[in-house]
Amino acid sequence: HFGSSVASYFIFLRWMYGINMILFGLTFGLVMVPEALMGKPYGSLPRKTVPRAEEASAMNFATLWDFSGFAQYSVLFYGYYNNQRTIGWLKFRMPLSYFLVGVGTIGYSFMIVIRTMARNANEDGGGDDTSFNFSWKMFTSWDYLIGNPETADNKFASITTSFKEAIVEEQESRKEENIHLTRFLRVLANFLALCTLAGSGYLIFFVVRRSQKFALEGLENYGWWERNEVNMVMSLLGMFCPTLFDVISSLENYHPRIALRWQLGRIFALFLGNLYTFIIALMDEINLKARYLPPFAILEKIVKYNMTIWEASLYNGTIPENSTAPPIQVDPADVPRGPCWETMVGQEFVRLTVSDTMTTYITILIGDFLRAVFVRFFNYCWCWDLEYGFPSYSEFDISGNVLGLIFNQGMIWMGSFYAPCLPAINVFRLHTSMYLQCWAVMCCNVPQERVFKASRSNNFYMAMLLFILFLSTLPAVYTIVSIPPSFDCGPFSGKTRMFEVISETLEHDFPSWFGKVFGYASNPGLILPFILLMVLSIYYLNATSKSYKEANLELKKKLQSVRKRELLI
Amino acid sequence: VYRLHGRYHEMAPNVVPMDYTKDPDVKLPMQLIINMPELKENPFKERIVESFSEDGEGSLSFNDFVDMFSVLSEMAPRELKAIYAFKIYDFNTDNFICKADLEKTLNKLTREELTAEEITLVCEKVIEEADMDGDGKLGFADFENMISKAPDFLRYF
Repeated sequence: HFGSSVASYFIFLRWMYGINMILFGLTFGLVMVPEALMGKPYGSLPRKTVPRAEEASAMNFATLWDFSGFAQYSVLFYGYYNNQRTIGWLKFRMPLSYFLVGVGTIGYSFMIVIRTMARNANEDGGGDDTSFNFSWKMFTSWDYLIGNPETADNKFASITTSFKEAIVEEQESRKEENIHLTRFLRVLANFLALCTLAGSGYLIFFVVRRSQKFALEGLENYGWWERNEVNMVMSLLGMFCPTLFDVISSLENYHPRIALRWQLGRIFALFLGNLYTFIIALMDEINLKARYLPPFAILEKIVKYNMTIWEASLYNGTIPENSTAPPIQVDPADVPRGPCWETMVGQEFVRLTVSDTMTTYITILIGDFLRAVFVRFFNYCWCWDLEYGFPSYSEFDISGNVLGLIFNQGMIWMGSFYAPCLPAINVFRLHTSMYLQCWAVMCCNVPQERVFKASRSNNFYMAMLLFILFLSTLPAVYTIVSIPPSFDCGPFSGKTRMFEVISETLEHDFPSWFGKVFGYASNPGLILPFILLMVLSIYYLNATSKSYKEANLELKKKLQSVRKRELLI
Repeated sequence: VYRLHGRYHEMAPNVVPMDYTKDPDVKLPMQLIINMPELKENPFKERIVESFSEDGEGSLSFNDFVDMFSVLSEMAPRELKAIYAFKIYDFNTDNFICKADLEKTLNKLTREELTAEEITLVCEKVIEEADMDGDGKLGFADFENMISKAPDFLRYF
């Protein structure tokens, strides 16, 4: 009833839900559950306990909502996991599993996105026969088996929409254009869009800098707005800039489908710019802190030194250096703790996701529902006709919603290595948002003025998803390979690099010849020619597929002319 | 066939005899037929009944009734369905689907929600696409040619 483009959004949403379920299954089943069942319980190790200082506020709702306190020291975040090689009676290798699940989620996502793209591309090339488009719509769209009045109503509405879509296509292809004016307007529109993007990037940078200043001065002096300024500004920008882009695009006078693509592209650039500015500003902040605090290595030494002093103080300094003493039972909550940046990062991502979800729901409720209520009930006592003029009912904003979905997924991919709970949160969010949006569309939105057919395949959305996937895995991969893990928390503590867990497993658990073979295979001399071979084969396959497509078109044309000839004879 | 007879009978129990051995000449008027649940929601119900009725006015004898259901069933061959589909869409029964017929079809399909401009556009496009002999209207050959390539025809008719 609302057109195939709105339907395609919901189909996309459902597909994403499927992926998230699988990711959730992986992280939950292979990481969270074993740790919860077989790892040492809460309170047994210093890293698993809420420190004494924070204990008072650990169970407050505000702290829990902020994902600190009790939630921080739980299976939900990276910091909880112990670095023992195996846990429990099954000898389950926790660190290895954590690492492999992290890499596996990314690999699986890549595979499935590319597989869907390939499948869509196949469908597209096959049945593209539009020679009798309108005739078929007219003569074969009514289903003679319909007996139910409601189904009949829906069918009428969908037939009408389908006709309108085809009409718009036809009108667009017949339109004549004044080339110069259009070109000038388009250049102007692009310029305005660039200005908006630059403006929003600068705004975010400015705001993050301000929040650093606040943090240095201590957050207690400032109210709620200052504390959450960055998140709020990002969400507000995400709400208002797309509308601005919409207004700008009316200058451009494109076919609705092409206009949608430009719109999507611009909003994509907006969110990307925002996200990366945010990350850069965060990095800046961490580096800034590091300038005042010694770098992590030295910090590590300081904390260890503190710990030995503290232990010594427990024994009241009466132990001579060479003897071993029976360990004293100390409550884990009192042990001094080192910093744990992975959990911090995980927390940031979780908070961002939650605030994003809240913003979306509130926007739907206010922007769509309250607006519809207002228009419906105040129409009787208002000066002008609310339903036709401003504000009227809102249309379903496809581009905004699709991009929101894609960026949300990007954040999940980025953060799920540090916070295994993220896919679970996302599954819940997608579940509720599907029903909420469905209800909102049916009850408060009206079909768009100009309905157009969604592109045959969803490949445009898939391509964006792929790009975001690639971008979001970059930070995680960088940290795995280059940054040493915190010494006091997480399954990789004590190692110099996170991927060493693989080499450790190879040494201990596999026969020695396996390790040798692996060593040979990972030699750069072997890998480089392999990469070269893959690049060449990609080029070759691309060339052959192009030639097949051309041959296909030629054959179709021949077929059409043969048909026409047959009929005339 | 017994079931069809049962349906035919229950529409007008006093008129339709249970016993057909004497080949009675009983016809049911259109009003009764188009109220059948299978046809009630169909926008073309009047045309369907008219095309199957022998006297052209819409009254169906039992033979016509059986004919109608057999053509609309899944077992009917494509050519037969095409013939009757052509009859149904030919509103003025001149054996050609002309522009006026197309306009009527379109209005019934969309319940008159399209503007006059849109209707003209669609009808022009249809004639442009399907009319092979260039006479400005669709003859049976044009219609058949077009419908034989349609992927959905057998599914929906």
